[in-house]
Amino acid sequence: MIPELGQFALTLALGFALVQSVLPMLGAARGNLLWMRSARATSLAQMAFSFVAFVALMRSFVVSDFTVLNVVENSHSLKPLLFKIAGTWGSHEGSLLLWVLILTVFGAGVSIFGTNISEGLRARTLSVQAWISVGFFSFMLFTSNPFERVFPPPPDGQDLNPLLQDVGLAMHPPLLYVGYVGFSIVFSFAVAALIEGRVDAAWARWVRPWTLAAWISLTAGIALGSWWAYYELGWGGWWFWDPVENVSFMPWLLGTALLHSAIVTEKRDAFKSWTILLAVLTFSMSLLGTFIVRSGLLTSVHAFAVDPERGLYILWLLGLSIGGSLLLFAWRAPALESGGLFRPISREAGLLVNNLLLASATGTVLFGTLYPLFVEALAGERLSVGPPFFNATFVPMMLPLVFAMAIGPFLSWKRADLAGVLQRLKFAAMLSGLVALVVWYLTEGGPVLAYLSIALAVWLFLATAMEWSGRVKLGEVTVREALRRAKNLPRAAHGMTLAHMGLAVAILGFVGSSAWKSEEIVFVTPGTEISIAGFDVVFEGIDRVTGPNYVANRGTLVVERNGIYVTTLYPERRQYPVAQYSTTESSIRSTLAGDLYASLTEAASAEAEAQGAWTLRILYEPLVNFIWIGAAMLVLGGGLSLSDRRLRVGAPRRTARPAATETPAE
Amino acid sequence: MKRLLFATPVLVALVFGAFFLWGLNPERDPNTIPSVLISRPAPVFTLPEVAGTGVPGFSRDNLEGNDAPVIVNIFASWCVPCRAEHAVLTRLVAEEGVQLFGINYQDEPEDALRWLNELGNPYARIGSDIDGRVALDWGLTGVPETFIVGPDGTVLYKHVGPVLGDAALRDFTTALAQARQAGMS
Repeated sequence: MIPELGQFALTLALGFALVQSVLPMLGAARGNLLWMRSARATSLAQMAFSFVAFVALMRSFVVSDFTVLNVVENSHSLKPLLFKIAGTWGSHEGSLLLWVLILTVFGAGVSIFGTNISEGLRARTLSVQAWISVGFFSFMLFTSNPFERVFPPPPDGQDLNPLLQDVGLAMHPPLLYVGYVGFSIVFSFAVAALIEGRVDAAWARWVRPWTLAAWISLTAGIALGSWWAYYELGWGGWWFWDPVENVSFMPWLLGTALLHSAIVTEKRDAFKSWTILLAVLTFSMSLLGTFIVRSGLLTSVHAFAVDPERGLYILWLLGLSIGGSLLLFAWRAPALESGGLFRPISREAGLLVNNLLLASATGTVLFGTLYPLFVEALAGERLSVGPPFFNATFVPMMLPLVFAMAIGPFLSWKRADLAGVLQRLKFAAMLSGLVALVVWYLTEGGPVLAYLSIALAVWLFLATAMEWSGRVKLGEVTVREALRRAKNLPRAAHGMTLAHMGLAVAILGFVGSSAWKSEEIVFVTPGTEISIAGFDVVFEGIDRVTGPNYVANRGTLVVERNGIYVTTLYPERRQYPVAQYSTTESSIRSTLAGDLYASLTEAASAEAEAQGAWTLRILYEPLVNFIWIGAAMLVLGGGLSLSDRRLRVGAPRRTARPAATETPAE
Repeated sequence: MKRLLFATPVLVALVFGAFFLWGLNPERDPNTIPSVLISRPAPVFTLPEVAGTGVPGFSRDNLEGNDAPVIVNIFASWCVPCRAEHAVLTRLVAEEGVQLFGINYQDEPEDALRWLNELGNPYARIGSDIDGRVALDWGLTGVPETFIVGPDGTVLYKHVGPVLGDAALRDFTTALAQARQAGMS
């Protein structure tokens, strides 16, 4: 009964979405206020019914209702409750339901919090949002119904992939989806503005908090996913340039560009059509990601069960939304008059460099990801594009970006004094060079690019810190006065400082863990000693342990440094009998300086297994935790910026202050 | 001119869309990479040994006139999946008693030697393919790749990527068993 209710709720939501996709748009064209305001009720109804459907599916998972096909395929009665709940969005159908739920939450968010957005724009935005809803609700109901029944019900489920039974991963899709789907509202704003034919500073200010909210979630989602790959997959890496990673990274890159170009549109009334284009493209990238993951177009470790019919349906959705919006862009955007002029050396120009580099980087990642498809279509050859391509193309593009990122915040609008800024940054430049030299002295060789990147990360960190302390006049005035100034600084300014520093910190992690990683793979028998990166590791042996739904071989490794006991590591190799699947549970000693990472792989032969001989992989990844710290700083910085009163245009009955005078945000 | 500039995004999107439409062809499976070599004689080549391994290099002639099918594995010391695959191959040699030949792809002999000393050497012959020419003739798309070659020198099966995981291993051993039966009759 409950699953049928869920399906009924979905159908109702589709009905409301259909109404909302027409009525407010017509109302806005005819000036009918009632029709325009109907969007508020319909968007709330859409959200409510999607929520009902989602809860209905979740309930089926929690009580292990094996009459529902989706539960049979993705759950098991012995699974821990948390992972039963996470199973709701573990499959194609369930994740799609989460997708539309978030879509409708954002729509309802605009109708609740967007009270100071002009009536016409709000109505049109919500209508456009409803077009997307219609597409996805119908996609679900026609091709991927999560409430499909099965008769007779099987005695037990087929389990969720045990690799996915991890807290980090349970949280990773929801966050990623909030990011992906959050950009939908920005897209709707852009399309509505194109229909209206007007883009102004107010538009940009309305768009920014939504962009920021989506960007924060996407950042957190990507970081969590990468963290999961690092801890769970046991490969000892955090980014593999896999197509599915790439498609989540592209909206992030473009979203970052959008975040910065919207500032220019807000403050200087410039970059209008560019900002609109970015808004459209960012969500297009999210849709493209959905398409690639669910259509089986490319080879990936992530793909859902593949069905060409679904692929075709999404491709139609893609064609209508992306093709339609870009067509609208080609038609209407040339008419948008461009605003404020600026000099080649100015904050606008700095942000333009940021945008160009980020957009080119996105283009590179897109090209690399789809290149195998292009080649196959044109030449009939199969090939794969791997990390070497991305490392050789993407990284060199990011270095100038990081360099410019340090300088940008010092530049003033319209025209700036670059020589003066560089003069102020002399100290930071010298110190970062010095740090690179010290690192070079301390390490026994490494790629030149690594030292350069270290220098740039330090440069960015110092310059950002100097920019902030310059603003609060640290050292020039009393500490109390500086604190007062810091308090009065808009939160967006603190947010920028924190986020930019976060990137610098993360770069240290990226470089440290890829350039100076040490790795040993050895056959071990009890008593084997291994030395790695100054640690002496002794393999004591293997024990059998039993978990709730798995059995495992657990190795014991005693780690010493210079004869002093450091820690004991317990890497595991787990077997899940129901899913007939085995996973590697690595064991990690984590410190700020680096991670000592041990994982067990299959024994070389049956005899070897009987003798207790195993293949052991030990890695030392220096500075790897800086990546997660940096990512957390990015997220926190975004959050601070989002909490800025200036951006909370949605706060009811509180008029947004006029664009702050001389305290630019980014 | 300005119009054209603003129309560029939609034109680019259309081109992408055309590729996607093509890519959705239900008969296309991106996971299988067909080999032009299947059921055809292995390419002609001669590869020197990797110095210090104690096993000889090999050439096309060594693939002919064997009693049983031979496995040819293309590997490199810099290739991480190869490390993972190494244990599986070692086990296969130990349990199935099959002959394993290695083509060491674009690798410094010292590195390859260190790698083999560390992990053990299950290979009966290893040819050093420093410039990667021979691997190209084998139609290599990425290391590792593993072939089953029949007693008459015909390529019978090809596996792209590491032979890892239950499904891949099952397919591979099935192909090996079939190759052996074909060799008997």
